[in-house]
Amino acid sequence: MMTPDERLVYMANQIARNLAARGDEAAALATADHIAAFWDPHMRERIMADDRAALDPIAARAIALLRRRGDPGAQSAATVFAGGADAG
Amino acid sequence: MAWLGEIDLGTRASALPDARMVTLTIDGATVEVPEGTSIMRAAALGGTSIPKLCATDNLEAFGSCRVCLVEVEGRAGYPASCTTPVTPGMVVRTQSERLTQLRRGVMELYISDHPLDCLTCSANGDCELQDVAGAVGLRDVRYGYEGANHLAADKDESNPYFAFDPTKCIVCSRCVRACDEVQGTFALTVEGRGFDSVIAASQSEDFLSSECVSCGACVQACPTSALIEKSVEAIGTPDRAVVTTCAYCGVGCTFRAELRGEQLVRMVPWKEGKANRGHSCVKGRFAWGYANHAERILNPMIRESIDQPWREVSWAEAIGRVASEFRRIQAEHGRRAVGGITSSRCTNEETYLVQKLIRQGFGNNNVDTCARVCHSPTGYGLKTTFGTSAGTQDFDSVMAADVMMVIGANPTDGHPVFASRMKQRLRQGARLIVVDPRRTDLVRSAHIEADHHLPLQPGTNVALLTAMAHVVVTEGLVDEDYVRARCDLEAFAEWAAFVAEEARSPEATEALTRVPAADLRAAARLYATGGRAAIYYGLGVTEHSQGSSTVIAIANLAMATGNVGLEGAGVNPLRGQNNVQGACDMGSFPHEYSGYRHVADAETRALFEAAWGVELDPEPGLRIPNMLDAATEGRFRALYVQGEDILQSDPNTQHVAAGLAAMECVVVQDLFLNETANYAHVFLPGSTFLEKDGTFTNAERRIQRVRRVMEPKNGLADWEIVQAVAQALDLDWNYAHPSEIMDEIARLTPTFARVSYDALEAHGSLQWPATDATPTGTPTMHLDGFVRGKGHFVVTDYIPTDEKTGPRYPLLLTTGRILSHYNVGAQTRRTENVAWHPEDRLEIHPSDAENRGLRDGDWVTLKSRAGETTLRALVTERVAPGVVYTTFHHPVTQANVITTDYSDWATNCPEYKVTAVQVSASNGPSDWQEAYARQAERARRIEPVAAE
Repeated sequence: MMTPDERLVYMANQIARNLAARGDEAAALATADHIAAFWDPHMRERIMADDRAALDPIAARAIALLRRRGDPGAQSAATVFAGGADAG
Repeated sequence: MAWLGEIDLGTRASALPDARMVTLTIDGATVEVPEGTSIMRAAALGGTSIPKLCATDNLEAFGSCRVCLVEVEGRAGYPASCTTPVTPGMVVRTQSERLTQLRRGVMELYISDHPLDCLTCSANGDCELQDVAGAVGLRDVRYGYEGANHLAADKDESNPYFAFDPTKCIVCSRCVRACDEVQGTFALTVEGRGFDSVIAASQSEDFLSSECVSCGACVQACPTSALIEKSVEAIGTPDRAVVTTCAYCGVGCTFRAELRGEQLVRMVPWKEGKANRGHSCVKGRFAWGYANHAERILNPMIRESIDQPWREVSWAEAIGRVASEFRRIQAEHGRRAVGGITSSRCTNEETYLVQKLIRQGFGNNNVDTCARVCHSPTGYGLKTTFGTSAGTQDFDSVMAADVMMVIGANPTDGHPVFASRMKQRLRQGARLIVVDPRRTDLVRSAHIEADHHLPLQPGTNVALLTAMAHVVVTEGLVDEDYVRARCDLEAFAEWAAFVAEEARSPEATEALTRVPAADLRAAARLYATGGRAAIYYGLGVTEHSQGSSTVIAIANLAMATGNVGLEGAGVNPLRGQNNVQGACDMGSFPHEYSGYRHVADAETRALFEAAWGVELDPEPGLRIPNMLDAATEGRFRALYVQGEDILQSDPNTQHVAAGLAAMECVVVQDLFLNETANYAHVFLPGSTFLEKDGTFTNAERRIQRVRRVMEPKNGLADWEIVQAVAQALDLDWNYAHPSEIMDEIARLTPTFARVSYDALEAHGSLQWPATDATPTGTPTMHLDGFVRGKGHFVVTDYIPTDEKTGPRYPLLLTTGRILSHYNVGAQTRRTENVAWHPEDRLEIHPSDAENRGLRDGDWVTLKSRAGETTLRALVTERVAPGVVYTTFHHPVTQANVITTDYSDWATNCPEYKVTAVQVSASNGPSDWQEAYARQAERARRIEPVAAE
């Protein structure tokens, strides 16, 4: 049974692993976008506050990107607002 | 059975493509019908009813009863009007002295072997034999009634919902043909020859023991009371009908709720229903008795803590408690310390209101829905690749498919009415690929056999689908013109290079998937070259740690082969619950408003802020598992749950229980004191689908009306309860009818722009997008291009699950559902459906059973890293060695005690389909089961109301 902090790290690593085939930098960017788009603010703050020792390299890079962005807007390939409308 | 108020045209419509119109004369009147139409149907369309017994318009014409004979000018004899097609200039007479003599002669024979008990017969007034006897003027039976007959035959009352009385049977074969043609089970037959012919179920078994799946098609087809609903026997024939939509699976069958006065007599599938085309399954047709079940809670209840008994209170007190507690908790712990869960069993309007309550009233986005645990990966995967979170086709599309690939779905159990359509098409010659660890009924059953069954190791979907893509790319099977015209070429090139690598080949991945490479290559070739190829998938795709990747892999494959944007093809998620699609459409996810628009999108947010008059939170909210985690940490303290039972349905039950137990106020709005209610502080009694107005949206994006059939027994429809909570929170909500809620949805949601109750009445139903450009809806998506612009290929690398088998847990558990039950069973367990499935059983392969010394029916302990439970074994070759399977319909089993916290990487959809387990012999329930049973019994106590 994971603690909530361990779960956040696990989730970030899992996202990074599934995006890793895009190449390290693109995967880190996509991981950061994904977390920005789908995690609630407290979860983001928690993972950014973590020492990142348990994070895989791509996930760690993603979290660094998130910290650099400060208060990120959710902008990612997964949530492209304009092109993703369901207006048919 | 005559359909109350509906006209039976006798035979099916012409099946000829582009049929030209034919003009003929019937009884002196000119009639124009499409070529290929029968004389019987042409006459009916012209207003002339020809007597008939073996004909009905949802079956192929049979020509057996000889009652529908007609005269055709210039033609010798008396042809059967049901089997004789019209020809140009044909002159038909349906009435003459000779025809009357012939028909009367036939009827004399029928009636000579029929009980003359019309006045006490349950079909009195609703009997086609009786009608025809009247129509032909039968006054006497020259043969008498003393000859050989079938009047001593025993009645079969084994089926809980209908009876078979052979004495009333005229052996017209309508039941047999309905079972064959409509349902596709082939459970019935005519046994014996000539006068000895009788209808038999399977090998002359009773109906309950036979292969009959109790879909009701035979009962619907029967022209007499030989097959009749027991509810009609008990109550009498109905005298009015209301068309509404079923509240079970995502097929969304429409039914005529037939009533006598205010009492529901039966649910009859509506012929005009575009999702079900007049067919039904055992759940929708018969399993509606839960609405009147004694365990239904009809009064609001509250309690201070979950160890206290419930206390019945007024609506005002219960609603007031919800409002005061949520406001208190927010004041003490912050705006984001509360949230809610919308229901896929409730209407679009109710779901919309719950998410609005949370966003507008609670001031956060902590709203989620049961799609979190089923099709959230579909939303992510299809939106990423196609640009929209929905299936691409209507159900009718399957009749144009040349190839079907069914992945991780068991439609004959989960979506039985659509499975019958699939089987109809398969019997016409369509080819079939089944990708499933289990040998489901579609793999091989009566007149159906898959060309390829790929029994993959659970958890290897991505490896398998990427290997199929490898075959498509490396063998030159890509539809290059399609890809060039419609897809992002840069992304395609990256994807094609990735899948073409040797590491993705069927041979390289065979050790992972355990699917022989040659079989996989053959299946991939069939999918790519077999014509129009449609993919249908279910929770065997989504409920994995790579659920979203699998959906993307499916979309990649469909785009690469040009199989999106045309009839007969597409990517089609089979939705589990009746309104999963609608709940998702209505903004039930914590990051999206209705129409799948992100909460961070300032333009969309401004639209809702203007409409709702508040500033909205731009940050995504918590998903269900995040809420539970936050609860155990004390950061999330109040939850409003409408129509879901997360304790039973969500994974790792003990973790869910811990989260719920940690909250200060849990509000459950439901029909029954479900398992989640054991941890609730306020219970708001809900209304059934029979008791309210609204809409459901099925798996094909079809928005259909739910109509109030009877008054809500609890006093309020669910949307009224949500509105009362909102008003108690000082929100200015004043909806007078659900149609007004839909009008608001349409104003704020581009894909619903042309949806209104008036439009639904006019068109019967609408498939979204229904916009100014597509005012009558959109049966097939992406016709002229993808919603997102260019179709987007995404690389899907296979990442094995972290749930590993090993010496302690050597088997893989996968879970699912069975035909007779629905989801957590809260409804179906409270019906006679328990006759088919009184308990969850563990399917285990004979070799695994033998290794453990287990026999069929033995009690076994099923244990994982998360927990353990006990249930009885079902030894069967339906599962492969190393794989076990069970259902989650019964709380006494609590199958989700076993499932783990592992989930889809993109959406947190739980990995229900892969849990490492051990199975061993057992003597009784686990400690947890016993403790839970005690706790549940205690939690359901209701304080007696003091006498005044």
